Amino acid sequence: MSIPRAAGRRLARSWNQSHSHSHGYRPYSAAASPAARLNLPVDYKTTPLLHHAPSSLASSQELPQSATTKRINLYQAINSALRTAMSASDKVILFGEDVAFGGVFRCSMDLQMEFGSHRVFNTPLTEQGIAGFAIGAAAQGLKPVAEIQFADYVFPAFDQIVNEAAKFRYREGTTGASAGGLVFRMPCGAVGHGALYHTQSPESLFAHIPGVRVVIPRSPSQAKGLLLSSILECNDPVIFMEPKILYRAAVEHVPTESYTIPLSKAEIIKPGSDLTIISYGQPLYLCSQAISAVEKARKGVNIELIDLRTIYPWDRQTVLDSVRRTGRAIVVHESMVNYGVGAEVAATIQEGAFLRLEAPVKRVAGLTTHSGLAFESFIMPDVAKIHDAITQTLDY
Amino acid sequence: ISQRPGSDKVRFPGAVDSKFTSEMAFSRPSTTPAMQTYRVMDSDGVIVDKQHEPSDVSDEEALTWYKNMLTVNIMDVIMFEAQRQGRLSFYMVSAGEEGIAVGSASALTDDDVIFCQYRETGVFAQRGMTIKQFMSQLFANKDDSGRGRNMPVHYGLERPRIFTISSPLATQLPQAAGAAYALKLQAMQNPNKPAGVVACYFGEGAASEGDFHAALNMAATRSCPIVFICRNNGFAISTPTLEQYRGDGIASRGIGYGIDTIRVDGNDIFAVREATKKARWMALEDGGRPILIEAMSYRVSHHSTSDDSFAYRARVEVEDWKRRDNPIIRLRKWLENKGLWNEELEQQTRTDLRAAILKEFNAGERAKKPPLKAMFTDVYENLTEEQEAQREELRKHLQKYPNEYHMNDYEGGIKG
Repeated sequence: MSIPRAAGRRLARSWNQSHSHSHGYRPYSAAASPAARLNLPVDYKTTPLLHHAPSSLASSQELPQSATTKRINLYQAINSALRTAMSASDKVILFGEDVAFGGVFRCSMDLQMEFGSHRVFNTPLTEQGIAGFAIGAAAQGLKPVAEIQFADYVFPAFDQIVNEAAKFRYREGTTGASAGGLVFRMPCGAVGHGALYHTQSPESLFAHIPGVRVVIPRSPSQAKGLLLSSILECNDPVIFMEPKILYRAAVEHVPTESYTIPLSKAEIIKPGSDLTIISYGQPLYLCSQAISAVEKARKGVNIELIDLRTIYPWDRQTVLDSVRRTGRAIVVHESMVNYGVGAEVAATIQEGAFLRLEAPVKRVAGLTTHSGLAFESFIMPDVAKIHDAITQTLDY
Repeated sequence: ISQRPGSDKVRFPGAVDSKFTSEMAFSRPSTTPAMQTYRVMDSDGVIVDKQHEPSDVSDEEALTWYKNMLTVNIMDVIMFEAQRQGRLSFYMVSAGEEGIAVGSASALTDDDVIFCQYRETGVFAQRGMTIKQFMSQLFANKDDSGRGRNMPVHYGLERPRIFTISSPLATQLPQAAGAAYALKLQAMQNPNKPAGVVACYFGEGAASEGDFHAALNMAATRSCPIVFICRNNGFAISTPTLEQYRGDGIASRGIGYGIDTIRVDGNDIFAVREATKKARWMALEDGGRPILIEAMSYRVSHHSTSDDSFAYRARVEVEDWKRRDNPIIRLRKWLENKGLWNEELEQQTRTDLRAAILKEFNAGERAKKPPLKAMFTDVYENLTEEQEAQREELRKHLQKYPNEYHMNDYEGGIKG
């Protein structure tokens, strides 16, 4: 293994020392192949994160093994999950702005035709109304799946989600009422040109609220299993955020039958022994590319990639176990670095794996600004930034 | 679709039945008379129009309403004083609005579901909430259905269902619309289930929240079987209605949402009851629709125990309202006119109710608080791994600092 492991406790190490390369290793900038550009568009056709052939589904213990599969993209997987859930339970209803004709991202295609206008319908344009309506319907025993057209527009519903949905079961106590049956779906994340109000990922705002679960899938097969879990099995309100850049881009083989993937369970996508990267949603693809580049350049280096999947309540054990093994960790997400998910993950690692840490936990996340249209490529995490963080952390 | 030549009607999709006019005239609220206020009995307890003599009310039923209003009224006095003595953290009376609460609740069935704001204690009394249940909630003890988690007066009832009150204003309105939609869908899916409506209460101040707008619009567009009941008592804490809105109260807004609406005299229990009964029937008609009732009253009391209303309104005005008109006195007069009530019964009933309340007051005040575990349970359906870890951490802390906390006030003490 080619990673420098300085002896002794890291606390003793000065900042200056950490930036010197006096151990006889080449600095990271020279380690990467200078010929290969890092920030290339994600090649979803070859990424190891997607099941390009039905055979690779067998490697996942969470997906049904004997299943017939179909190659679909993320919006089709959401559509498939919604169809499956609505067939499984007549308590499931689907509503939001423009869902009746199929939705602005096609996620509810044909569902009104199949299940009728009483179960799939448009609402007036009011996010607080949609959220409140969903809470009431859930409290009365339905399983409402409410769509917020963009995560950027969930804020008018913030009061209903934070003060009402999240606290419903708690304040009802022994009466047994809750808003547990509900799911708020919302497209999130950067698409390259979404600017201020079609780009945001407010997951950390919801992760600060006890009582709701926050879930973000990375792929069609994950999306279907996690959404079915959220709708049919979970009795807590779920904020289900869908990385909209993946709606059409991420295509893979997905089991056609119904299956669920457990919430609050992270997944080790790629095992490794030298460094742990924790991420979720679309940036996982960027992490995967950065890992490939580093591992290619540095023979023997092995990096672990973890998909958090559920942002809260999150799988602390899987992350801590991993970092205790690798001794190094990086957290990657699109939303602003300050007070982001990375802050919670890094603090937990610091508390739970302090003696095993060989380097500071790094955060590669959105810069402390708004996602101005022309500046997105500088603001968001990308392969180059993740690559740089990996090499810095390995060389620390 | 193109405009047919010579048509006198608009073909724009946004207002299909609108006729063209060559006269430029703005619609002016100032030229429209205020909506009328429906009443059945006058302030002397006399039925104004004999056609509306409440024929479907048994003597026994009317006496139950009266006793429920009286219970709330006496409990209000005792609990307000208890708060002043520091024995209770907070309280809100509903003086002057007992008639709205009891009258409307009396028109609902056990299949109906209720959402409240907080000044509807009479609704809970009418639905059978016991004095012990009230006291358990107010003292946040182990028998409180809310597990000691909510501020006083945030009542909830499992059966017949009244969802537990939450402090954020108007949030219950779109929720009520969603619950009404659920009742409608469930009735469609199971025709053997008795049809129910949702009744949703709120004050005129809460009607300024965005959630009011969202709720009425959604209830109308989704044809939800719901009765919105606005208590217009003239004040939102210190804010008089003149600073709350400039239209004709809340009722005039219902029309704008396409909702059948009525304004009633909230001090007249028969008017409130009759209007609610009819509204309930209308809400279930033809597959469902929302109805709006604006019940006019006057908030005789302070907003809450944290409020001194004489800081923003004249004492004499309040005293005047207390004397001049009051839902309890009005029903009492009606009962006396019918020979169903008298001063002796009044005194005996007041004495009995007061004794019953004080008995439960003392028991409720002395009862243990819920077990410490209840601070964590029900956040999620099951405790999370993190919550278990925090429970353990707290337990160790309490063992280390046993004298810093009153843990023996809690059921099970440190083991709870």
